[in-house]
Amino acid sequence: MSFHINVIPSHVIVSGISLEILHGETLVLLGRSGSGKTTLLRLMNGMLLPSEGKVLVQGRSTAAWDPIRLRRGMGYVIQDAGLFPHFTVAENVALIPTLENWDASRTAARIQEMLQLVGLDPREFSHRRPRELSGGQRQRVGVARALAADPPILLMDEPFGALDPVTRAELQREFSALARRLGKTIVFVTHDLREALLLASRIVLLEAGRIVASATPQDFLRLDHPKVRAFTSSLAITPGASA
Amino acid sequence: MSPQMTTWSFFADHRAEILGATLDHLALVVIAMIVAILIGVPLGMFIVQRPALRAIALGVASVFQTIPSLALFGFLIPIPFIGGIGKRTAIVALVLYALLPILRNTYVGLTGIDPAVLEAAEAMGMTRAQTLFRVRFPLALAVILAGIRTATIITIGVATIAAAIGAGGLGTFIFRGVALVSDALILAGAIPAALLALLADFLLGLLERRLKVS
Repeated sequence: MSFHINVIPSHVIVSGISLEILHGETLVLLGRSGSGKTTLLRLMNGMLLPSEGKVLVQGRSTAAWDPIRLRRGMGYVIQDAGLFPHFTVAENVALIPTLENWDASRTAARIQEMLQLVGLDPREFSHRRPRELSGGQRQRVGVARALAADPPILLMDEPFGALDPVTRAELQREFSALARRLGKTIVFVTHDLREALLLASRIVLLEAGRIVASATPQDFLRLDHPKVRAFTSSLAITPGASA
Repeated sequence: MSPQMTTWSFFADHRAEILGATLDHLALVVIAMIVAILIGVPLGMFIVQRPALRAIALGVASVFQTIPSLALFGFLIPIPFIGGIGKRTAIVALVLYALLPILRNTYVGLTGIDPAVLEAAEAMGMTRAQTLFRVRFPLALAVILAGIRTATIITIGVATIAAAIGAGGLGTFIFRGVALVSDALILAGAIPAALLALLADFLLGLLERRLKVS
């Protein structure tokens, strides 16, 4: 995947971006609110098209992809999970398999497998509705739904942003292990440096729609750039912090 | 004899006639509601996809609601094909009245869905038709039904006026009662109409609660 410039004539959201995402890496897009992180994510699955430049997914421009096929090849997890309230947990997880007309036994097996993968007992949770779940459980179902059709790419937009700190830390740890095991290409959006350091194989820092730094977590902390320091110092002044 | 006695004895003497008028009334309402639902719900789904038509459709439906019902029945009489004296004209007028609540609630229900749910649907690769039929419509159903409930109650009331253009129903008693200054006749039309409205409100409310999600 690589992109270049995106200019929307009246209002430029992201521009001058050239970024290549390698197979199997966990790329974290780090930045403050309004820095263009979510815009970049939406450019990748064709929910936005660049007004200038190109976004290539598997060598093909997102403008040339059938948007439905493009998105079915990318799992997507968002902050509020966006589970369908009229579906049970199992039906939510089975969303893409159902749309892709998998046969019933394959779908059922996949639901079991996915729920176990995200740490939910299928017997206990399959028939619940999203409103009967805690925030953390809902987010787990969101991840299971995104992974159900085994997409090679996973896009995540602050998936743990709305959770309480304890649940968030728990899900971050588990997801970090899961990501390593699955070997998927993951693009993860966050404004939380600690989360970025934990999950990323590479961190890309965005500021006002431009890339200001790109480095591995180890190197990122040592970068001598004012915007990077703004982030790393926010980490240092947190009482009792131990990054 | 007290007025109550007169009314009760009138009810007792004209049971069959009152029941017949009630069934006529119900038939007018049911036919008008079926037509209004068949027009209002698809039209509501359509204007979600076409914002340009939204203001026009809701505006026209609102205008019909502002026309006094007796005048609307009158306006329709000279119109060819749909007009004239009788049930057909009455049904056309009732449909026009019922349209706004159904159309508006369909639109509001389909658009008032948690944005995170719609974002997920789009990002997971659902087509617009799949999102409409599998996500928006089921989630909007309770709101759409609330519109149908409002429209049904309005229609039961307005249908009493349809008697003025010879459509029959419970309004026949009311108009006759007004002309003859007979409370018993007016009540013979008004009480069954009120009971029909209460019953419809109760049953549709029951259905609405069962369909409500979250």
